[in-house]
Amino acid sequence: MHQSRATRTLRTIAGWLVVGVFFFPIYFWTSVAFRNAKDIFNWPPKIFVFEPNMHNFEEVFGISLTIGPQVVNPGGGNFYMAPRLLDSIIIATFSTLLAIVVATAAAYCLSRMPFRGRHHFVNWVLSTRMMPPVAVAIPMFFIFKEFTLLDTYLGVILIHALMNLPLAVLLMKSFFDDIPAEIDESALIDGASRWTIFRRIVLPMAKGGIAASAVLCFIFSWTEFLFVLTLTQTGLKTVPVVSSTFVTSIGTAWGNMAALGAAAIIPAFIVVLLVQRHLVRGLTMGSLKQ
Amino acid sequence: MSVASVRRLVLSDSPIPWLAPLVALLVVFTVYPLIYNIWLSFHEFVPKRRALEFVGFENWIQLWGDARFWSSMGVTFVYFFVALFFQVTLGMAIAMLLDAELPGFGMLRAVLSMTLVIPPAIAGMMFLLMQDPQFGVLTYFLSQLGLLDQGTPILSTSSTALAGVLVVEIWQWTPFMVLIFMAGLRALPTEPYEAAMIDGASGWQVFRRLTLPMMSKVIAVAILLRGIDLFRVFDYVFVMTSGGPGTATYSMSYYAWQQTFTATNWGYGATISLVSLLIVIVMANVFISVFKVRW
Repeated sequence: MHQSRATRTLRTIAGWLVVGVFFFPIYFWTSVAFRNAKDIFNWPPKIFVFEPNMHNFEEVFGISLTIGPQVVNPGGGNFYMAPRLLDSIIIATFSTLLAIVVATAAAYCLSRMPFRGRHHFVNWVLSTRMMPPVAVAIPMFFIFKEFTLLDTYLGVILIHALMNLPLAVLLMKSFFDDIPAEIDESALIDGASRWTIFRRIVLPMAKGGIAASAVLCFIFSWTEFLFVLTLTQTGLKTVPVVSSTFVTSIGTAWGNMAALGAAAIIPAFIVVLLVQRHLVRGLTMGSLKQ
Repeated sequence: MSVASVRRLVLSDSPIPWLAPLVALLVVFTVYPLIYNIWLSFHEFVPKRRALEFVGFENWIQLWGDARFWSSMGVTFVYFFVALFFQVTLGMAIAMLLDAELPGFGMLRAVLSMTLVIPPAIAGMMFLLMQDPQFGVLTYFLSQLGLLDQGTPILSTSSTALAGVLVVEIWQWTPFMVLIFMAGLRALPTEPYEAAMIDGASGWQVFRRLTLPMMSKVIAVAILLRGIDLFRVFDYVFVMTSGGPGTATYSMSYYAWQQTFTATNWGYGATISLVSLLIVIVMANVFISVFKVRW
């Protein structure tokens, strides 16, 4: 529709303002990571003007443990969180791998092989996405306790993979559906097995879709809170869970928490930009294509 | 089964080898916990004997007389409808605003998607800091605008605490709606709009009669997916208010978790989580059949 120049200018300004409001908390949080306590605890709050420094990052990543004098926090506790970042990476990587491997095979089958009740099967997979995590976490705690999976990488990896399975299956099914089935059929006539077609033809063609699915699984594992909170104790913790514990006897260590938060958020931003093209399809579990 | 017969099965046209790992994982991690949860809801931990004992329907009967349970259900439903209302209306408005090729709008759309990858627990902490009564930015802005008395603890005043949690929810997930709606808007055909322009339809008429009906599938999918997540709200409540003050922000998920893991009422917590599971399954399936959402 044609719009006058004034409308276009107004609309541009409105768009920038609205997104500015949404961006503000991210900016503010990141800026807190670079602040001293006196620039955090100030009234009126300092928004743009403060003395930037890397102190919080040094504590969180343990740089101050290796160089310079040992810092003892007045409230007790130390904020060395690099191992927790590693826990997060290990869990997100392996749960993504497991979910993708299992889901790719299933998604190919659901996209290509007709069988009775296929529609019901897809709905069953979808319905597992509806279970509130707390209804899984409570029984899982007791089950994991029996099988000594509590507080282990394996336990959290399994549960995160499971959590991502409905998304991965339905999303990849939608990517496989985009590849014309005639390709498979002509290869079948030529005598190729399903397995060969899957490995040699379909998999290479669906690479982009599989990568996008993997990125989303990774992010959902990276941001998950309830399962890690419930199924781990002291052995391992991911970043979201540990960052809610930056509370000492003299108050909350906002600067350190923001530093860890920023370190956890920035990689996710970069990664999500890579799959921008498939983001809507991923968020709707393959139901809407961009 | 011998190696040869496994090999034959894999190379045949049977869906079994393709689906078996998925089915195995889903059975072990959803069906089994579900059965275990039902079993747990008929048992209760007895601290004196340090053991689970069979209590029959006691946990289920206890629900009826438990004011905190009904309050948690009320909180969850209020949260659900208020959040959904704001996310859908704001989401639609912003999607229509940004659905244009104007300077920087491509970047703005990318910036909006940033909120979606923030761990909700960290988003909760962000807003906990911003809503601090002594040095929070949001408290400051609101008091400057005269909407709030300076120094009001938003999250520990029972009349405002839920609103304080809802702010994060709406902030973090409105972009989810924006991105989905924007994709929907872009896929719309242009002919009906050209016809409407020739007929001299007003902007509102075009929106009501053309955009909304053509977008109904997209809106239904977005509401379904967001709704499922809204009903399980836990992370924000856990980090921001721990259900308080009083029971003002106890959601069903949080109450179930708190009963099992803090109050050691293992069976009762399991019972509450089952109720919330039942409600979600029923609501989602009714929604799917009414709005004919299909995957």
